[in-house]
Parts: sequence; C-alpha cells; structure tokens
Amino acid sequence: MTTYEEFIQQNEERDGVRFTWNVWPSSRIETTRLVVPLGCLYQPLKERPDLPPIQYDPVLCSRNTCRAILNPLCQVDYRAKLWVCNFCLQRNPFPPQYAAISEQHQPAEVIPMFSTIEYIITRAQCLPPIFLLVVDTCIDDEELSALKDSLQMSLSLLPPDALIGLVTFGKIIQVHELGCEGISKSYAFRGTKDYTAKQIQDMLGIGKFSAPQQQQPRGPGGQVLPPANRFLQPVHKCDMSLTDLLGELQRDPWPVAQGKRSLRSTGVALSIAVGLLEVSLGLAPVSKITTIMCTYPNTGARIMLFVGGPCSQGPGQVVNDDLRQPIRSHHDIHRDNATYMKKATKHYEALAVRAATNGHAVDIYSCALDQTGLLEMKQCCNSTGGHMVMGDCFDSSLFKQTFQRVFSRDQKGELKMAFNGTLEVKTSRELKVSGAIGSCVSLNVKGPCVSDTEIGMGSTCQWKLCTFNPNSTCALFFEVVSQHPAPIPQGGRGCIQMITQYQHSSGQRRIRVTTIARNWADASTNLHHISAGFDQEAAAVLMARMVVYRAETDDGPDVLRWVDRMLIRLCQKFGEYGKDDPNSFRLPDNFTLYPQFMYHLRRSHFLQVFNNSPDETSYYRHMLMREDVAQSLTMIQPILYSYSFNGPPEPVLLDTSSIQPDRILLMDTFFQILIFHGETIAQWRSLHYQDMPEYENFLQLLQAPIDDAQEILQTRFPMPRYIDTVQGGSQARFLLSKVNPSQTHNNMYAYGGAMPIPNAESGSPVLTDDVSLQVFMEHLKKLAVSSTA
Amino acid sequence: MYHPNAGVPPQMQQPPMGPQGPAASYPSPHQHMGPQQPPHPGMQSQPARRLDPDHMPSPVQVMEDDQRNRSGIFYTNQKGMVPPLVTTNFITRDEGNASPRYIRSSMYNIPATIDMMKQVAVPFGLVVSPLARTLDEEYLPPIINMGEIGPVRCNRCKAYMCPFMQFIDGGRRFHCLFCKATTEVPPEYFQHLDHTGLRVDRFERPELILGAFEFVATEDYCRNNTFPKPPALIFLIDVSYNNIKSGLVHLLCSQIKEIVKLLPKDEGAEKSNMRVGFITYNNTVHFYNIKGCLAQPQMMVVGDVQGMFVPLLEGFLCDPTESEAVIDSLMEQIPTMFADTRETETVLAPAIQAGLEALQASECAGKLLVFHSSLPIAEAPGKLKNRDDRKLLGTEKEKTVLAPQGNVYSSLGQECVAAGCSVDLFVFNNSYIDLATIGQVSRLSGGEIYKYTYFQADLDGERLIADIKHDVSRPVAFDAIMRVRTSTGVRATDFYGHFFMSNTTDMELASIDCDKALTIEIKHDDKLTEEDGVYIQVALLYTSCGGQRRIRILNLSLKTCTQMSDLYRCCDLDTIINFIAKQTVFRLLESSPKSVKENLVNRCAQMLACYRKNCASPTSAGQLILPECMKLLPLYVNCVLKSDAVSGGSDMNIDDRSFIMQAVTIMDIPSSVVFFYPRLIPLHDIDVDSDELPPSIRCTSDKIRDDGVYLLENGIHLFLWIGLNVDMEWIQNVFGVQSAAQIVIDRTSLPVLDNALSVRIKLVIDSVRKERHRCMRLTLVRQCDKLEMVFKHFLMEDRGMDGTASYVDFLCHMHKEIRNLLS
Repeated sequence: MTTYEEFIQQNEERDGVRFTWNVWPSSRIETTRLVVPLGCLYQPLKERPDLPPIQYDPVLCSRNTCRAILNPLCQVDYRAKLWVCNFCLQRNPFPPQYAAISEQHQPAEVIPMFSTIEYIITRAQCLPPIFLLVVDTCIDDEELSALKDSLQMSLSLLPPDALIGLVTFGKIIQVHELGCEGISKSYAFRGTKDYTAKQIQDMLGIGKFSAPQQQQPRGPGGQVLPPANRFLQPVHKCDMSLTDLLGELQRDPWPVAQGKRSLRSTGVALSIAVGLLEVSLGLAPVSKITTIMCTYPNTGARIMLFVGGPCSQGPGQVVNDDLRQPIRSHHDIHRDNATYMKKATKHYEALAVRAATNGHAVDIYSCALDQTGLLEMKQCCNSTGGHMVMGDCFDSSLFKQTFQRVFSRDQKGELKMAFNGTLEVKTSRELKVSGAIGSCVSLNVKGPCVSDTEIGMGSTCQWKLCTFNPNSTCALFFEVVSQHPAPIPQGGRGCIQMITQYQHSSGQRRIRVTTIARNWADASTNLHHISAGFDQEAAAVLMARMVVYRAETDDGPDVLRWVDRMLIRLCQKFGEYGKDDPNSFRLPDNFTLYPQFMYHLRRSHFLQVFNNSPDETSYYRHMLMREDVAQSLTMIQPILYSYSFNGPPEPVLLDTSSIQPDRILLMDTFFQILIFHGETIAQWRSLHYQDMPEYENFLQLLQAPIDDAQEILQTRFPMPRYIDTVQGGSQARFLLSKVNPSQTHNNMYAYGGAMPIPNAESGSPVLTDDVSLQVFMEHLKKLAVSSTA
Repeated sequence: MYHPNAGVPPQMQQPPMGPQGPAASYPSPHQHMGPQQPPHPGMQSQPARRLDPDHMPSPVQVMEDDQRNRSGIFYTNQKGMVPPLVTTNFITRDEGNASPRYIRSSMYNIPATIDMMKQVAVPFGLVVSPLARTLDEEYLPPIINMGEIGPVRCNRCKAYMCPFMQFIDGGRRFHCLFCKATTEVPPEYFQHLDHTGLRVDRFERPELILGAFEFVATEDYCRNNTFPKPPALIFLIDVSYNNIKSGLVHLLCSQIKEIVKLLPKDEGAEKSNMRVGFITYNNTVHFYNIKGCLAQPQMMVVGDVQGMFVPLLEGFLCDPTESEAVIDSLMEQIPTMFADTRETETVLAPAIQAGLEALQASECAGKLLVFHSSLPIAEAPGKLKNRDDRKLLGTEKEKTVLAPQGNVYSSLGQECVAAGCSVDLFVFNNSYIDLATIGQVSRLSGGEIYKYTYFQADLDGERLIADIKHDVSRPVAFDAIMRVRTSTGVRATDFYGHFFMSNTTDMELASIDCDKALTIEIKHDDKLTEEDGVYIQVALLYTSCGGQRRIRILNLSLKTCTQMSDLYRCCDLDTIINFIAKQTVFRLLESSPKSVKENLVNRCAQMLACYRKNCASPTSAGQLILPECMKLLPLYVNCVLKSDAVSGGSDMNIDDRSFIMQAVTIMDIPSSVVFFYPRLIPLHDIDVDSDELPPSIRCTSDKIRDDGVYLLENGIHLFLWIGLNVDMEWIQNVFGVQSAAQIVIDRTSLPVLDNALSVRIKLVIDSVRKERHRCMRLTLVRQCDKLEMVFKHFLMEDRGMDGTASYVDFLCHMHKEIRNLLS
C-alpha cells in the first residue's frame, strides 16, 4: 500500500485532481463537521502527452438523466456486451462497433490506467481559433513601438489558419479592415457611447449583405470555415498587410492638455470587440444568411486587450481626465469614494457575460506605472479564463516574454490553449456538486447531481471555460447527500466524472473525461481514516480560493475572522489535546503545515490590501483563482532557498532568521523572483571578489541562484518580476514583507526575548507590528483547546 | 372703378420743366402717357386702340442712354451723388465714399421726416456686396495695419475712423458724425491739424480720405482672442448609387487636382494658405487621412450617424501641394471603391455635421462643398419625408412646401455659422430633394446652392467643373460679421440675404464672396436735418483666405431733403427692385402669395401716385406721369411679379422654385437686373469683325423675327432661339448643318467650326457666361418646338402663358391704380 502522499501525487499526475479529503465521510452532517469542505482542484487540460488519440465518440449511458461516459470503473459484461453505469446503475448495451470486445481486447476507455481519457470528435467541424487584437494607442512612442514589435512578432506565432482582427483605440475606436489595397480602411466609433451588437453590425456593414458568393466557404478537406469577413482574416492571408498596418500605427493624435490624462476609451473598445465577434459569428440573427451562420457552433476566440492606462471616458470609465484626481485606491473604495467604480464594474461585468456566453475569452495585458482599472475589468478575465497580465511597460522583458509565452506550444507543436470549453460534473448518487470556483462561469444547467447548497458558482453541473490551458485549475465542491447516521453505501466508493468538451487549438473538437472514485468511511467510527486522507496542500489552496471568493464581496475583517474560525475549528476537530492545556496540543502529521499556510494566507496580498493598489489586488487574486496547487501554494507561502559556502542550496524557513549576512537567498513568490544578497556577500560583491581568479567559488556562489532563478523565469506564466537586491537595499522590502517576523524591532532588544529564536547567532529584524508565526500558533493552540471557544 | 376721364385718347405731352425736373443732362424727361380703356391683368378682350409698346419706357433705351452719358470715371467725392447704372461701364475713383460696386442705396436724397417717407413709399434700402470684384482700372481697398492699437473707433457707437470723422481741439479729439459723440485721439494716432482743420497726414492715411479700406484686426477681434488659422475647404461627396451612375464621382475625382490649384490667396501671397480635406458619404460617413508622408491614403468610416464625430485630427486637412501624391491616389481610389455600390439611401445632415466638426477640430473657419444626389432618407438625423406636391405652388398653401420641414437643417446651419463653416450645396437630383429644407444650411451659413437636375457627366460635366472652379477661386471672406452703422435718425432694421443673425444688428456670415449681396432696409426713427445728411458705415470683420483677420470698412454719405422732388430725382431703381424682390420673396414665406403681390402693386402705385400728386405739374388726371428715374418701375415690378421666384406655379417643381427663391435672396444688383428683365441679343445680324457684345433688344416676342437667332439669358438660363427661316449660310456656319430643322436640339454646346461666324458666336456666348457667376447651360430652342414655351416664358414684356399681365396691360393697370389713389 502506497502512502497517501504518493497516492495524491499519482492522482494529480494522472487525472489532474487533488481532493481535500481522499476518504469521504458517508453522511452529510459529518462532512460539514470536517470544516474543510469536500472538494477538489481539477486541471481539465492537465498535460498528458501519453494519452492515446481516441478518434471516436464516447459511449454514453442511455439513461436520459445520466448520460455519463463509459469509464474504467464501470462493470463490463463482455459476454453480453453490456456495461453498467457506475453513476446510475443503468445497464447499457455496447454500440454495434464494440462487438469485438473481450477481456483480452478491451477498449481503451475501460482500461484502469485511462481514468482520464481524451476523445477527438472527428465529425465535428474543424474551426480555427480567432484572435482579436485590441490595442491602446494612448501610450508613449517608445512603448507603442515596443508593443507593435511584440504584436508583429506574435503573427509568426499564430497558426496560419487562425483568424485575426485588429481594433485600436484612444479617444476613438477604430476597427481595421484587413487586406484592402491602395487605401487603408478603418471604421471609427466614438469612445463615449456604448453600441449594441446590432449597431456595430450595421455600422460595420457586416452580416447584412446576403452576397451570393457567400456560399459556405469550405476549407481544404471540405471543412466548413467560420465566416471570415473584412475584419477577421486568416493570418496567412493578411500577415504582410497587417504587419504594415501595425507598423503604421500612430499614437493617439488628440492633444492632451497640461494636467490632463489622455482620453482613452477602453470600455467601448472592448464592447466593440465583443460585439464584433458576436456579429462575426452570426449570433445576432438578422437575415437569412446569418441564420445559416447561427448553425455554426460558437468558435473559440480570444480578445487580446493591450492597455497602457486607465479608461478615462465613456462607459467603463474608471477615472476622469483630470490628473489632479488620482485613480481610486483601496482607501477610496472603503470610504465609498470611488466615483466611477460601480458603474464601470457593471459595464465590464456585462461584457464578461456576453463574451462568456459566446465562448470568447478576454485577455488583458496592462502595462502602466499607475493602475489601469484591472479592478473594474477583472471579471472579463475571470469569467472567460483570459489572461490578466500586469506590468510596468510594454518595453519590458516581463511583458515581451509573457506575451510570447501565451503562444507557447506543446510537444506536438500545437498551441497550449483550449477554447470554448464546458466542464460538466457527474456524481454518483451519494454525492452532489455544490459549486465551482475558478476562471469559469456557470452555464446554469440543472441536473440530478446539483446540490441546493452553493459554494462559489453553484446551482449547476456545467461551467463554461472560454479558454484554458494546461495549468488552469478549477475548484469543485461536493456535498454528501445521505443524512446521518448512514451506512457505508454499497460498493464502498463514491464516483465523480468530469467531462470537458473543448475546441483544441488545432480546431478539433475534443472531449476529455476524468472519472475518479474514493472510499467512503464512517466518520463517527473511523475518523482517523478520514483524517489520514487529508491533503493539506489542496485544502490550503481550496480554502484560499473560498476566502478570496468571499473577499471579493465581503469586507476585509469579516473574511479574516472567517479564516480564523475555520482554522480553529479544524484544529479542534483533528488536534489532540487536553482541554484548556495549550501545551498538550498536537496535530496529526498531515495537518501540521496547514496552520502555517493559513498564517501566510492571512498576511498575503490576497487578503491584506495595505500597500497594494486595487488593481494589484485584483491581479493577484486572479492568478490564485486559476493556477494549480503547487503554484498557488507558492503564492500563498513563498519559497525561500538559501545559498552558502556550507553546502548545496537548501530550502529554508520563510523567517527573518533565514536572513544571514553570508547567505544568498532566492525567494519565489510566484509573482516575483528575488535574489537577496546578505550583507557580507554584498560587500564582497561590491569589492569585486568574483572577478578575481582565486575566488572562483564566490563567483559560482553568486551565479547559482541566478541560474536557478532563470529556470523559473523561463517556464512561468506570467513571467515574474525579477529582483536582485542586497540586505538593506530598498528592494529588500519584497522579502521583508513576506518573511515571518519572528524578529522585529519590538522584541529584538527585549531582555531574554520571550520568543525562542531558532538560530540565535543572527537573523535580521523586520520593522513591523504584525504578529509572528510563533505568536499566531500560541494563540491558535490556546483557542483550539479552550472549552469556551 | 372707372375713372371719369376714361376714354380720353392717349396723348404724348411735353413734360413740365421746372425746379423739380431732372438734371438737364438727361435727354429724355418725364414720360407721360395717357391711358386707354383701363385694362385689367388677365382681361382677354384687347382694347381697340392698342398702345404702341415702342412708346413705353424701354430698359434697353435707358441703359443705352446711361452708358452714353455716364460712362467714364465716376468720382465719389460728393455726398448723395447717384452713381451710374450697374449696366454702365464706368470706373470708380474713391474720393471719400465707397464704390457703388460695394454699396448702393435705393435713394441718395433721404426724406427728412418719417411722414414724408410714408407718403412717398419708396423703400430706403442698401444693397451691399462687400467683396464685389473691381475693374482692373480700379483700386482694391488698401489694407491698413494700425499695429497694437488696432483701428481707431468712436467711443460711443464704435464706428471706425473714416473721412466722416471731424478732428477738433487741435487734433486731440474727434467728433463722430454717426452718433455725435467726441472721442480722444489715442496718443499714437495724434496728428496736428492744418489751417482748414484737417489732419496734415490725411493723404498718407487712407482711412481719412477713402470710402473703402481695410484695417488689420488685432487679437481682440478674433475668435477666442487668438489669430485665426487659414481657412480650409472640405469636399463632401455623396458616393451613393445616383452619383456613381451619373458619372459625377468619377468626374469630380478626376478634376479635383485642377480644382485645388485654384484656391484663392491673399493679395501678394505666393501660394494659397488654404488647406483641403475630403469626406465621402452614403449612409455612413468616410473621412480620409491624406497626410503627405503617408504611403497611401487612409479611410476612416464613421457609421454612427446619430452621433457624428471626427475620427482623426492630423492629416484630414492638408496643403494640397504637400499632399499631392496622396490626394492623387485617393482620387483614383474613391471611384473604384464605390464603383459597385447599390446604396441609394443617403444621409445628409450627419455628413455636413462631420465637415463642420472637422473644421471645429482643426480650429479654423472654412467652406464645405457638398455634392449631394438625393432626398436624405437614411435613418439618421435630418431624415426627410417626401412632400413633393407641386399643385400647391401658387396657392395659399404654397408656404407649407416652401418652408423647411423640421428644424434639423436650420439648427445645423446655425451651428455652422457659429463655427465659421459655410456650406455650398451642389445638388444632382433626379427627383424631389427638398431644397427648401436642406437649403437652410446654405442660407444660414452664407452658402449657395447649385442645382444640376438629371445630371449626366458627359453633358453637364463641363458646366459643373466651371461652377466649382468659380466657386473655389473667387474672392471670399470667412467667418465674417457685418454691421451697418448709420448716423442718428435712421437705423438698419431688416436684413435679407444668406446669413444668420443672433441679435438685431450683426449679420453673421460663415463666408461671403464677390457674387453675393446683402440687402438692408433702413428706417427712420427720428427727424433728419437737411444740412447733416445721412452717413452709413458698413464694417465687415472677416478672416481672409490667407488667414488674416481684417475689417473692411465701406462708407457712404447721403443727402437729406425736405422736397419730394429731390427724392424722386435721386433714386436708384435697380437697387429698389433688388430690395423689393428680396422683400417679396421673404414675405411669400409668411403671408399668402395673393396679398403679397397686391401689396407690391399697391406700393408701386403709391410711389408713382405720390410723385404725380406732389411733383408733377397739374395735368389731366388721365395722364400717366412717371418720374424720370422710376419710369421703368411698372415694367420691373411686373417682371418681379412674373418671375419664377414670386409666381412660379405648378408649371415648375418645388425644388426649382426654392432654388430660384434662394438665388434671388443672394443676388447682387447686376444679377437682379438681368434676372428680372432678361437680356435678349440678336445674333443673326452680328458684326463678325467687332469684339463687343451686340446690343440687346427689348424682351418681347414682337421683336423676334422668324429669320433671326436670339440669345436670351437671365443669369440662370441661357437660350439660343433659332427661327425656322434663318439664313441657311448662318446655320451652316454655326451648326454645320443645312437647315434649322436639322440642328440637334439636345446638345449643350455649339460645334467647333473653323469660320469667323462660329468663333464669334461662341465668343459671345462665352462672354455672356463669364458675366454670370453660375455657368449657364446653353439650351437650344428651335422655333415651334416644344421648348419654345419655356423660352417665351422669359419674354417679360409679353403676356404670360398663365395669364400674367403683359407690360402694356400692367402699365394700364398701374395707371388705374394711381388714378384711384389720386382721386
């Protein structure tokens, strides 16, 4: 028997699933008493290069209310050519083409190793993805030319048959017609007026002409192509002219008076982009021809919005054009002093809904020193799974590399992105699904497995994922149906099936099915079975998602109190202790890190807004909502490595005590990669020891963390901010704000300090009033054992 | 009612010569005539003894006489001197009053009292063409730059320094003749006086001795107190199906290059500072970026016709030489891009709005040339209903179709004028287009309408291009404000022309050019004194085509009189008719046509009756006695009444009527004279060796012989009437065919033939065309053809087809009215 640790790892590798609890309590009441909800983090597009290409349709359970997909957990009667659905127990005959199956000749989908399997639906149309660039022109010339370079470069990264479009905006919005000769044409829109999809269609003159040559365009192999029009053209057809067009892009010409901001119409530009795609895909039926278009399935599309500043006019405005009035801060929001926030948020939320309904994603690449309104626009990315990238300028490697990485390809040379997906969850009868938290929207599909209680986006068993990539992770929450006391259900296992239908970047329609099962246990008698199956990492991330989801609507202190209460209750439930004796408190091994995660979560910029702009907060939260468990944990509790002459690099405590003069620290917070040189090291470096041949080992020491950092920098999306600093340097604040302040100005000079200092020889005090992890733990123990709490 | 003396045989009588008589230099004194049976307009039975039309006052004769007696140099040194007729060739020497080309008064001797004004009923009006062209022998108004201090003005009435200001107090102060106030002379402007009390520097300062001059304005006279940028010209081209099919778009685009070379420039400037821009539109509006540095033009489409805006800033208005290559390629692209258009629903108001906002965005004044084809029926602001109902014309209800529908175009016109944006409409309609409504934009913004119904590029192209070139190249002022100041006792009260007034004194003109006149009625508000006289100063503040802000000042001094005979001696009938016509056209939009016409006839009768009663020696009541300078009044009034602008009935369509009414509203006097009494020139007996225009003849069918060829023009139409019995040789030489019957009537120009006669005839036609600011389409009319009816309609002395009175009939009617008044 493998350990749970291995089991969890295997499961994650194979199915992309991590459950908070790997043994499930058999009754509802007991489940709620577990404090951490029963749920999982699921990566629908987990990279599985080993999966065989299954080029046929999945076999469905014939019961109308079920329609689950044949999977390795089903009982198969090879003689009778029957299979029993493990969700509804329906006996289903195999379809005729399965006539040849036998124990020796099993179809892939019933082989246990293929608990996750992917079908390629060959009869579906092959639709190339659409990329619509929406470019802010109210930016400096250098910035603009850097952005233009990036965009021109990106043309070579796109699949040649992908459709591309260009919208530019400043004071006005221009939708560029592609592929005209002799004259460059664009359609202009006012930046202060919201247009309906119908208006946009009329003004662009699309959808309305039932030109006879518009017989369904057919691509090679008789595939029906999506309706390309003057504004969306295949990359291979227009890359030359588009390169020229991008090259000729000029800065927004309208003069900006002293003390004013540029008038930037991000809100309307995005609205037009959304409308253009709605129209292009014939979703607004107007005439005969468009009704034909309507029969096309929604095509995956990505609106890529590049903004260099806040929207300062029209719908979606987040600030006015007067520079004397700064853009809203958390303080303003708290005091209800953010004039434009509510209205703007409403505008972008409506757009997000429209885009999501059509299966189109919105990426926001925001590069500006000040905020650009990500707070208001966040829902566009959050709902559609689009990227949100925040940088200082377009002329930075952060943006350039990140943008390039959007188009990264897998081993088969295909873009690592999926479009227009739906995630459906099916559960066996003992379970119901109560919601999801992640970069998705509810499709509001009711079913027998939908729970009445809602966590996150609930009341549905299907969610839309407009775009997602291998890292995208969705948190799913479940509820046990049976009331207590319940016998362990027959078979002893509960099943969950996750069905993800999506448009692959190659244009294929694919269905990925993951079926998992876990044992039931009676919590009243076998709590230790259940607690042994606790995945504290998954639990920490799942809780973090719940907390952040809550924080989006609730006030800060309430949320923190909820986190604390949940933690205390968990400790009370699973800790071993004597009543009112804090010193006796012990947690099981697989729970010990959990309080620490919660401590760092409480201090993190996900919940603490001090020193962060609302945009930053939105950005951080956005990333937490989509990354997998490992990355999310890094965000919650940064990783710290220490480099010294004493041995190989070692992970060290995220604690002030780790800051030593003769060490180099490498911190990975997910958003930042920081190399921190201890005082002594820094001195040596400034004396250029590394340049002297006799100190080559010092050179190597200096180089080691840089190399490690590069490795992280090369793979992560979005590319982290790279910081190289020294002890006492201004940038060191990034480290000091993250480490556990076990040593502060409050206690370092205290006689015989109350706190046990693990490494008494040094450490670096941090100027903060925050409590240290040690104090936090003391309090936690006290409250957990208290009989009154 | 029959006069007791009716039936007395007509007799010519020697005129009474006396103090009230006209100047001895006039050869023909009062024209006296006795009536016959008082005829009635429209009465069918001809009286037994027919009055010989040749004995009735003849305009041709009057013009010839004036040409003979008053040609040469006209010095403007005297107060209240009546200038020669506009038809006379004369050269003006400005000696203190502005040239009559710029300003004419209906009377040069003003009755001193309101009561007297009422009795004589002669209107006191001014017709001002502030930018009128001058002859080569005449001087342009000099431009005076006063530097920082700007023009010197009266403190109270703000009149500008002019020869009428009297310096007193050793030159330290001046006395204003307009308001009688005294103003300190600014120290920079001080000059000593000589022994006659005049400034010693007066001959160095044009404003002290001339009637017309210009000041360079200071920043105070500019919009937002900043000097203006040079004005711009924007072409707005309707690229819908009609204009593509008629070949207009193609033609226009091929000619733009030549047209923009003709942009006007300030005197002495090397090249024009004006910039050009291009907009096309159908049911959306398309802007073009033509910046010289671009590799190819950029087109920006604005589909939001509900909220029009300008999508680009730089590169829309460009110097045509700098952007020549881009403009060339744009002009190749436009016809290609829209070649296959099927769009028939167009917008108009949003397109004009687009041009207006483009000018506003560039912070300059300018002009829009709109080339429009059809009634704007696309769903957009300014969408119009088809209310074409020609049966209403001439009835009490005609106002309903002659007044604008809705106020979109009127308010757009006001926005235009506020921004200094003038709109010229070139209309290429194949059906009703509602000029009465869309023309409001032009009316309010000081623009003009050109109309080419059933336009075909191959037939009418030349004419259109000539019109555009003329329009673009003529002297023009932009973003102007004009005010008329008068000396106390009289006041400018009513204003006619294409402009907008937001108050009661200032005419705001987004542009005004040499071909337009403004007509202003002056009324008494007090008694005048005989010694003082009446002083008039017209000030036009404007931006020149080079972008200089200037003020053109026109001064005119008139005498005052207490004797009615003095008044009747010093009237300018052409000005009176111009005034009366504009006033009548204006009134047609307010009251019923019948009462307007009756009023006009009554007023005319009153003018003449008052003369008869007070100035003529007592003679038989049966005699018609006309004042010398008004002897053509009955004829001209009849012409006004018969003109298309006033009586155009159901034989014309509503757009034609509106067009003519608007044309009359902007007419200067040379145009109005020929419009109301067309010129008829016999060509069959032309002197081939001469290079002058042949003398014209009276405008009546009596003078037309069937072996003759006649050219008739009124500034709008140009007919060549060919009798069926014309000399074969003449026909052969001019038309290259054997007989009149073989002439192809549909052609709009004469064939080019290599003989002296053909060359001469073409020259005559060209020179007649050159005199008018619209290029008239040549219509060939063969005797007895259908079109002859149209031609005859313009023979003003004849009885009209619709029963309007002939000259004889009207004169008799007038006589009857006068007698009624006298009795």
